[in-house]
Order: sequence, then C-alpha cells, then structure tokens
Amino acid sequence: MTDLWLYMAQRISALVMAPLVLGHIAVMIYAIQGGLSAGEILGRTQGSFGWALFYGTFVVAVSIHAAIGLRTIAFEVLGLKGSALTVFAWVVFLVLFVMGAQAVYAVTAT
Amino acid sequence: MTSTAKTLDVSVWRSNDTGGAFQAFAVPIQESQTILDVVAWIQQNEDPTLAYRFACRVGMCGSCAMMVNGKPRWTCRTHVQKVISGNKIEIAPLRNLPVIKDLATDMDPFFDKWVKAEGVFHPSKTRDDAIEQIDPTSHERTEADIGIECINCSICYAACDAVSTTEDYLGPAALNRAWTLFNDAKDSGKQTILDAVSANGGCHSCHSMGSCAEACPNELNPMASIAGLKRETAKAFFARRKS
Repeated sequence: MTDLWLYMAQRISALVMAPLVLGHIAVMIYAIQGGLSAGEILGRTQGSFGWALFYGTFVVAVSIHAAIGLRTIAFEVLGLKGSALTVFAWVVFLVLFVMGAQAVYAVTAT
Repeated sequence: MTSTAKTLDVSVWRSNDTGGAFQAFAVPIQESQTILDVVAWIQQNEDPTLAYRFACRVGMCGSCAMMVNGKPRWTCRTHVQKVISGNKIEIAPLRNLPVIKDLATDMDPFFDKWVKAEGVFHPSKTRDDAIEQIDPTSHERTEADIGIECINCSICYAACDAVSTTEDYLGPAALNRAWTLFNDAKDSGKQTILDAVSANGGCHSCHSMGSCAEACPNELNPMASIAGLKRETAKAFFARRKS
C-alpha cells in the first residue's frame, strides 16, 4: 500500500472518529449523573442497534487509525521495514479490532 | 564570549579512515567575523588540507551551509557573536548528507531528490506560441513567488528529522520546488508532480514538525508548501475516484 493510501485512510478514519469521540464524551458526562452502574449502562446498550453501530464504527476507525500511526512509528523509530512492517501493522489492526468488536458485542448483544 | 578572550575555541570536524573526529583550533577574534571567516582562517593559517565549500560569500549561492553548534546555518551570513556559546564554536558538515571530506558534503542525494520530486520545469508551449500572460497578483503566482526564493542550500534538508528517519523522503527543499512548479501557470506537469510527491517518501512522509521553516535562512516555509501538496494530492485522490 502506498503512502498516499495510508495517509488518506488515516485522515478519513480521524474524520470519522472526531464526532464519535465527542458523542462518547457527551454520553459519559450524561451517564455518570447520579452514579454509575453496570446495569444502567447495559440497560442502554443491550439490544440497541444504534449503539452497536456507534461503537462498532468507532472500533473500526480506531483500529485503522492506530495501526497506521504505529506503523509509522515502528518504521521511523524501530527501523522495521518491508513485510515485517506490513505484518506489524496488520497485527495491531487485528488485535484492536478483535478486542474492540468483542467489547461492543458484549455490551450490545441480548 | 568573555571580554578578555582574544581567541575562539573552535572544534572542526575532520574526516579520517574510520569516520572522523573534532579537531580543536584557536582562532583570533575579529570584528564582524562570520563562521565562514573562521573556517577560512583555519584553512589559510593552520591547516591547508581542511576541505570546505563556499562561493559567493553573500548568502546567494547556497554553497557554504554547515552545522554550527549543532544547527544548520549559512556560514557566510552567520556572525560568530550571534551563535557563540561560552567562547566555543563547533563546526561540522551538514546533517543528513554523506561527507566527502571534513566540512564538504556530497549534495548528490539532495539534488537527485529534486528531480525525483519532479522539481523540473515541464514546458507547455513551443517557441512559436505567444508568451503566456501571468497575473502577478493571482493566488497561484503568489504561492510560487514565495517558494522560488529558495537558494538550494540544503539547510532545511539537514534540519529535517523526517529526512533522518526516512531514507527515501524527498525532503523540504525538493517538495517546496515541486510546489512552486505546481503553482506555475507555465508548467504543464501538474499531475506528474502530484504523482511524484504522492509516491512513497513523498509529501506524506512529512510530520509538519517545522524544523525546515525554523532553519531556513531565507525565512521560507517549506512546511507550508508541503501542506499545499498534501491538500492537492488529497483532492486529486478523490477526483480520480469520481472520474
């Protein structure tokens, strides 16, 4: 994949993340009013297609964004190159995606 | 500098078979002395084998850039009094370039990257065509006018950390040149330029750290030129998918 593609994917994923971060923070502030409980959170998220879509999109964007960013750092600081660099980026993407998807499933599945 | 000192403590990089080391010289202090004066004094009075490069001595040719106390500077226009640190001056060859000998670097990689960035004019007319009228107040021309003040001294290239970490990175000067040509109404290679600067090691390797703008002796801002290229490559990225 060329630098341009990675650059565009990272910027677009950042654009996707920006409103989601604001939404996430807004809900956090709203949700902690009057204490926080697992029951309250799950009551809101379980069975909700909207929250699954919200956080599902978030997880995909984060996985893409972070994998490309860490790939650059691994290249520039650690000197990883070629297929090692590609494997590194994909592993970061997959770990973040699988962990994130698992978490989204856990709080939204009924 | 102390008022009693009559000489400067100058450390000059000398290359040898194993790489090189700094050599100390005591150089008499003179009024309005430049770093290039210091280097020339050493070469003329202490060691004629000292290799360095200069030409115009008035900040136009871009030949005499060196690392002075760790920062890249044009030595002919750098006054000793402005950069001295505790009566000491350390002079080394430009960073990010191979050293030929002592203070003289091999500028080939720097200029090869100008060509790789398509920093060469792409003519659009023949001698039989009328000369194109250029509006000097247009946005494109204003952008190009700023960038063409570059004297190719490689100071930005030496200051850039992205050049240090990414071997293929074209660097600020080459990309600034590409940006001036992209904005030149007489240049017909706009897409060629965008393709060249979108390749691996192109403008997207820049992290906008701004060392180039800070170090440029002509007070240009290659980082802004690179940001312009990033914008245009992003636009072209979407435009190509639409067409």
